Amino acid sequence: MTLNLSGVGLTHANGQVALSDIELQIAPGERVAIIGPSGAGKTSLLRLLATAQQPSAGRIEVLGADPWRLSAAARQRLRARIGLIHQAPPLPPRQRVVTAVLAGKLGRWSLGRSLLNLLHPLDTAGAAAALARLDLAEKLFEHCDQLSGGQLQRVGIARVLYQEPELILADEPVSAMDPVLAGHTLGVLSEEAGRRGITLLASLHAVDLALAHFPRILGVRAGRLVFDRPAAALTRAELDALYANEQLQQPAMPPAAPHVLHIPRC
Amino acid sequence: MRRPGNALLLLGLLAAVAASFIWLEIDLGALFGADSLRQMGDYAGGFLSPDFSPAHLQATGRGALETLAMSAIGSLLAAGLGLLLALPASGRCGLLATSVARLLLNALRAIPELVWAALMVLAAGLGPNAGTLALALHTAGVLGRLFAEALENTPGEPAEAVRLAGGGRIAAFCYGTLPGVWPQLLAYTLYRWENNIRMASVLGFVGAGGLGQMLYLSLSLFQEAQASTVILAMLLLVLGVDALSGWGRQRWVSA
Amino acid sequence: MLTLAVPRDPAALPRLLLTVLALALLWPGLSLSELDLGVLLHGDSAATMGNFVAAFWPPEHGREFLDLLGRATLETLAIATAGMSLALLVALPAALLASRALSLSALHRGGRPTWWGALLRWPVRGLLIVLRSVPEIVWALLFVRAVGLGPSAGVLAIAITYAGMLGKVYAEIFESVDPRPARALLGSGSPRLVAFLYGILPNAAAEMLSYTVYRWECAIRASVVMGFVGAGGLGQQIDLSMRMFAGGEVASMLLTFFLLVLMADQLSRLLRGRLT
Repeated sequence: MTLNLSGVGLTHANGQVALSDIELQIAPGERVAIIGPSGAGKTSLLRLLATAQQPSAGRIEVLGADPWRLSAAARQRLRARIGLIHQAPPLPPRQRVVTAVLAGKLGRWSLGRSLLNLLHPLDTAGAAAALARLDLAEKLFEHCDQLSGGQLQRVGIARVLYQEPELILADEPVSAMDPVLAGHTLGVLSEEAGRRGITLLASLHAVDLALAHFPRILGVRAGRLVFDRPAAALTRAELDALYANEQLQQPAMPPAAPHVLHIPRC
Repeated sequence: MRRPGNALLLLGLLAAVAASFIWLEIDLGALFGADSLRQMGDYAGGFLSPDFSPAHLQATGRGALETLAMSAIGSLLAAGLGLLLALPASGRCGLLATSVARLLLNALRAIPELVWAALMVLAAGLGPNAGTLALALHTAGVLGRLFAEALENTPGEPAEAVRLAGGGRIAAFCYGTLPGVWPQLLAYTLYRWENNIRMASVLGFVGAGGLGQMLYLSLSLFQEAQASTVILAMLLLVLGVDALSGWGRQRWVSA
Repeated sequence: MLTLAVPRDPAALPRLLLTVLALALLWPGLSLSELDLGVLLHGDSAATMGNFVAAFWPPEHGREFLDLLGRATLETLAIATAGMSLALLVALPAALLASRALSLSALHRGGRPTWWGALLRWPVRGLLIVLRSVPEIVWALLFVRAVGLGPSAGVLAIAITYAGMLGKVYAEIFESVDPRPARALLGSGSPRLVAFLYGILPNAAAEMLSYTVYRWECAIRASVVMGFVGAGGLGQQIDLSMRMFAGGEVASMLLTFFLLVLMADQLSRLLRGRLT
């Protein structure tokens, strides 16, 4: 099993229950979509699987190991095999796209190579190839703050493609793209997963995209797994129940802090 | 409520100013009297004809280069040491390390450059080496605190993302944190360099090399013409470094 | 897809040049500054320094010494305050002369003074630049030679340097506030000083006060070191004690200095909070 969760729960530090009683098995090579209303716990589940957070209850196994029983060094080695795509890729605004993409392999590079790569990109061809699959090759040497939200998301995806992980976790990977581009990008991810026989798990807001690209669908609501079945077997009624009474709310994007340079004068 | 309080405060300030003059026994009348002014004028007259003889110009040029090198190397060392201390001071290595690093930074910063220079002259002997070290120590305290603040105010997500992809701590810092803060770090360093060129030119007063030593010597020997050349060189150096640093900030920081 | 020609990194050449330039400058820099960290660990100097620093504890606290310390501290405070008040006397008229905010010729020229108006302002601006670009301690050294040892030299040095700094900043503040009230007054025939007092000062006062108090804090730091060239205050005592290798005295004076700076910082924050 690539992923094996039994009785997993997650309670935030402020006492808010994000996830409870998750039972989930995903086999190598599967492609699975997570859908559900906003605030249902999709991001929490993905962060849990990416070993960003420790579950407060239950057992979790990723790529055959319990990350929280490993030593810190072994956990870092495990993390290098997991690729996490963020909804808003956390890329430093002034970093160049080529550096941001090459940062995907930092888990496997030696420190010396990592530092040298900072001064001069060591694998421009690799980064260019990853970007070219997402139609972004011409942005190779631009700065991240010169890109739009959708382009930035594709840079984040290119970084994970370049990382070549054994498990790709994607949190709303196409939320800032137009429908055509979103479809193309999900196609690239599915093709990558299929070609290399790795597991792909993505949370999506758009149900039609999930049904079109993923054979297996998980429904999450209020921190619980509501259904887990093949896309073909999903009924309209189940989807309506999943999204019932959803509050229309915009995901609150924190405004960029103004760059204030305060210099004391004496 | 506020206005009478403010009036009292202003009165207090005026009283403090008056008390200062009385305490110092400065007689402004005598200080700016005809006699004293003529004496000052005579003295200042000596500075109106700077010594531009090739030998003195050459010595001044060497002193200026020495001063420039002291300020630049001192700032560079300070930036390195400051960053090294800012890492624990920004709370990345545990609570104990944070408070120890902050204490060290405050102590380095509290002692003025000139006092550091006097101490370094005792420890390392006369010459520019002592001046460079003094600048580096004081500036490390100032920059360390500024760097620590900058690091604290940088979002941590990019570094966390690198950690989640299996990267080491140093790699996460270099790829996730540094790109966000380095313009700010550079701006602080350039700003301190502007400050340090001024300080480097006076550290020589306590024997720590550079133009200051020449100025002190020529003033002690009542060679006003030579001193005047040295002051001109200081002025050019300060204005030059200000312009260079301003250009650097324009080029790399606000772009 | 991998046969695609990979574009060359446009930043590679500038980075290489910058690195070469930095290395080329680093070498003469290191040799000119005679940087040598090893000296610090060298047997003799390390032992001297060790003895000196070991004497820091306990700080000197004899009654006579504390008396001396108190006087020196008060003197330092007085030098900073007196210097600042003289600086203000010079800076205000200089700022009025240097600022474009009261230009009559700019009134009907869209805020742009005539060339000769600008030409007249330049000598004042140049003077302010010279005043503030020569470090205060150099002024102090010059005044020690001109008026003799003692606090007068320190007061004059602070007055001169800070007049340059305050003058420049005041002029900038005058130019940054809303120019319409002053222009309206000038346009209706008021004299310039009246236009300044009624049109500009009310808007600029808070910022000017805040900056002045802040500079006063800097003046305290400056007046401490001024003593090293014989211009009175704490610095003179520190210099003396250091020459006598009296570690305990140096320690208590550094402590006093630390407290003084801390106190000035608090006071300046309080004043700025009240007055602005």
